[in-house]
Amino acid sequence: MKAAAFDLAVPEDISDAATLLAGEDRRAMAGGQSLGPMLNLRATRPAWIVPLTGIAALHGAEQTSDAITLGAATTHAALADGRTPDLEGGVLARIAQGIAYRAVRNRGTIGGSLCHADPAADWLTTLTALDAVVLTTTRAVPLEGFVTGAYRTLLVQGEIVRAIRIPKPATGFHWRYHKLCRKPGEFAHAMAACLATTDGIRLAIGAVGGPPLLLTGDHVSLAGAEAVLGFLDPVDRCIQLEAVSRVLPA
Amino acid sequence: MDGVQSNGEGVGRSVPRKEDDRYLRGRGLFIADIRPQGTQDLAFVRAPVAHARVTAIRKPAGFEHCVFTAADLMGVLPITAVSGLPGFKQSSQLVLANGRVRHVGEAVAVCVADTRAEAEDIAELVEVDYEEMPAVSDMLAGMAVDAPRLHEGWTDNAFLSTRVDIGEASVRTNAAIVVRRTLRTARQHMAPIEGRGLVVQWDRRLEQLVMHSSTQMPHIVRTGLAECLGLPQEAVRIIAPDVGGGFGYKGILLPEEVVAGHLAMRLGHPIRWIEDRRESLTGGANCREHHYELTAYAHADGRLIALDCEAHVDAGAYSIYPFSACLEAAQVASILPGPYDFEAYRCSTWSVATNKPPILPYRGVARAGVAYAMETMIDAIAREAGLEPHEVRLRNLIPPEAMPFDNITNKHFDSGDYPQCLRRVVDAIDVPAFRARQRQATGPVRLGLGMAIFCEQAAHGTSVYAGWGIPMVPGFEQAQARMSPDGGLELRVGIQSHGQGLETTLAQVAHSILGVPIARMRVVHGDTGVTPYSTGTWGSRCMVMAGGAVAEACTQLAHRIARIGAHLLQCSVADVVVGDGEVRGPTGSVSIETVARTFYLRPQDLPEDVDGGGLDVTAGYKPERDSGTFSYAAHACTVSVDTRSGEIKLLDYAICEDGGVLVNPMIADGQVIGGVAQGIGTALYEEMAFDAFGQPSAATLADYSIPGATEIPVLRIDHMETPSPYTRFGQKGIGEGGAIGPPAAIANAVNDALAGIGARVDRLPITAARIVTAVMAARA
Repeated sequence: MKAAAFDLAVPEDISDAATLLAGEDRRAMAGGQSLGPMLNLRATRPAWIVPLTGIAALHGAEQTSDAITLGAATTHAALADGRTPDLEGGVLARIAQGIAYRAVRNRGTIGGSLCHADPAADWLTTLTALDAVVLTTTRAVPLEGFVTGAYRTLLVQGEIVRAIRIPKPATGFHWRYHKLCRKPGEFAHAMAACLATTDGIRLAIGAVGGPPLLLTGDHVSLAGAEAVLGFLDPVDRCIQLEAVSRVLPA
Repeated sequence: MDGVQSNGEGVGRSVPRKEDDRYLRGRGLFIADIRPQGTQDLAFVRAPVAHARVTAIRKPAGFEHCVFTAADLMGVLPITAVSGLPGFKQSSQLVLANGRVRHVGEAVAVCVADTRAEAEDIAELVEVDYEEMPAVSDMLAGMAVDAPRLHEGWTDNAFLSTRVDIGEASVRTNAAIVVRRTLRTARQHMAPIEGRGLVVQWDRRLEQLVMHSSTQMPHIVRTGLAECLGLPQEAVRIIAPDVGGGFGYKGILLPEEVVAGHLAMRLGHPIRWIEDRRESLTGGANCREHHYELTAYAHADGRLIALDCEAHVDAGAYSIYPFSACLEAAQVASILPGPYDFEAYRCSTWSVATNKPPILPYRGVARAGVAYAMETMIDAIAREAGLEPHEVRLRNLIPPEAMPFDNITNKHFDSGDYPQCLRRVVDAIDVPAFRARQRQATGPVRLGLGMAIFCEQAAHGTSVYAGWGIPMVPGFEQAQARMSPDGGLELRVGIQSHGQGLETTLAQVAHSILGVPIARMRVVHGDTGVTPYSTGTWGSRCMVMAGGAVAEACTQLAHRIARIGAHLLQCSVADVVVGDGEVRGPTGSVSIETVARTFYLRPQDLPEDVDGGGLDVTAGYKPERDSGTFSYAAHACTVSVDTRSGEIKLLDYAICEDGGVLVNPMIADGQVIGGVAQGIGTALYEEMAFDAFGQPSAATLADYSIPGATEIPVLRIDHMETPSPYTRFGQKGIGEGGAIGPPAAIANAVNDALAGIGARVDRLPITAARIVTAVMAARA
């Protein structure tokens, strides 16, 4: 279980990284907490690895009155520890605290997690519910739609996620996130996140094998969820609906 | 003179573990820490299919010299482990497959390179043509008349079928209660934190093959390895360095050991193989898979009359050395009745060959499954009789006044008070208070109570193993006690300590006799070059067998010390005692250190009749009766079960354990806790599923779920102490009991919680999906 040989190309800045990643057979590496094992299992074997976390512009966070923008290389640990701006009530910190375990949180990044697009990843479902926007080197893409399938995104060769912009919900919002895992820190087998504000309600259902399912407005209900989960077998659907029921407003 | 019980480090004291200093500081020496100069690493080409003819193997061009196949291993013999039980069918395991593979992960070729990564690069280039054959991936299907056969010339796929029928058959007609269950346990992987591994080289000076291997039984590996390589056994030395857990996974002669030993001799430089997690998961899920059809017959008041069982054990593709393919099923038949007294018993077993990794005995061996089966039946009777489960148990347990007791399968229960043990956990849980809470919980989250009581036969001796006729039969266990000239003590034993704390507990035994501080003792183990022969560490035998041997060697050493000490004190040997690190006479004392200096460095001061054997004694030990010690325990737990999500929470877990005299109660608790953690894995988490083609479902620990710290509740451990009448200090083996009870206790608790809605789960592990499936079926 040793990685096949690869070359390492360390970029100096984002444009350098974009150039390095533009060629064939290259993989960007952020925290490496998923890519590392995949390399070791030889499930992926790029000729070049381009590590991104050394790029200063991918770090840092800023907030305005209506949004928080997190550098793509922000680690789960930084969020879990409250070292970044957060939404009211520590929403982001609480999500981060439930990701895997500390060693993974120390290195894993929010941008890397979204780009890896594991259907059961925490950020993918929660940030979809929070209506986040992915800022890449060339465009701003709503997270809803950014992930096109399991482990697949809209990113094109050489395009890099710079930051994630998370809108601040109006004070007094309802937020719940629940995942069902066999053990704390494991990838979930069912998850749901729900945001309700004066502007409306959003429900994201994750760990369903592809991008999260997003329901909004009047579709947000157990019945609405049941309608979109018809493709699951009855047992999985029952468990997934339980996760949904735990996040819906009373 | 007599040995006297000595100060605070002896038998019965919770002495901190000597070995923990190096472990906690990260200064141990494990197999992957060893890499002599010039070492090359191995990577095996392993079968990606479960059952196939291998029609061609092509070595990559330019790498012919560093790739080896079966055809290259001239003179290497296959691994065979025959049982002497009548009807046993033999398998022959080639160390590299030749012509046929029988499970995913079976080694087909091996590549040698300077690093493991380079060896893996070469392994990828080896081309193997597989002509796939239908696989036997399920033990029941494997016994079908038209099932594909694993081994040529076999009439069916059973390594062994057994049948016992004891007692008067007609008593079954007296039963007011007849209950039936079909139960299944999952195939598991033992997952020690350190996998297997070895480093081997030919020592030109000693003309010896010296192999470091992460093993539990170095002497047995030496015997088996020498046979496969055609070497005399004195030409092989096996050294187990620090070993990071075994549980049975390392109680085996490995094909990899044979291949590497051959290559080390052939290539002339050190060879290393470190198993990785993918290898261990895809080719090493090798334990625990049972299927039971059970019928229990009882009186209306819950008294058990008879038990009928048909048990299948999935034995995998080959019979492993030394335990063979049938140990597990043979155990099922003999231990299923457990600590219960009843009139009639029938049990048929089949050890079925399947296209899966060969079965190995895992901590508790068959007992985890057997206790699950038996305790499920007791709860089923309780439900029919309308009685509390503990009440039914109390009506059937062997009473203390019957001890020692030979049960229906002739197991000799040496001692104990089983009813008291059960009452203690029932009291700890406070059953009436729990039942009141349970009655309130009528919503989607239900509460349940479950318990199990079971025995753990340990330190099996000659009389137990001789009948099985497998390659290994334990006899006398020896230990060497050797004084150094400055009064230190080396204890040399052939067993191997890999987490059990034996470097401490064996020193405690010696301390009880000699009083030498344990800081001045070295327990040397796991090295065939410097220790007496031993079958090794398995079956919870070390504290009884090696402990007894150390006591015997130290007692004889004390006699020799006394003789010299008496001379130095100018008194009669009859007037001195040895203990507390000195020899005491009527008018004064002399330290053991002075005695040692005198023997080695000032022999002119020795008495004329001194024993020329010196302060170096090898002595052997066997308990007064070698049918095994019987420790036992009761486990009781309460759970909540969310009937919507399938989540199970362990709310409370109480244990009462009787391991006889505990040499180190802290270490005994550690053994119980670690075992329970693994038992929780069996009950709730661990399963290696194989698909119809014999493909294992998990290649990483993200997919094969084992419990961690967050899954283990606080365990409340109580002890009873009924000394074994047959062992040196009254100690009993307790290394496995922790792992035996949880599947039974937890499954009973979950099913108690589900009983109110008419649902039941009859297989392990009990996962969220299985709960929800059962709940949906009950509601349908």
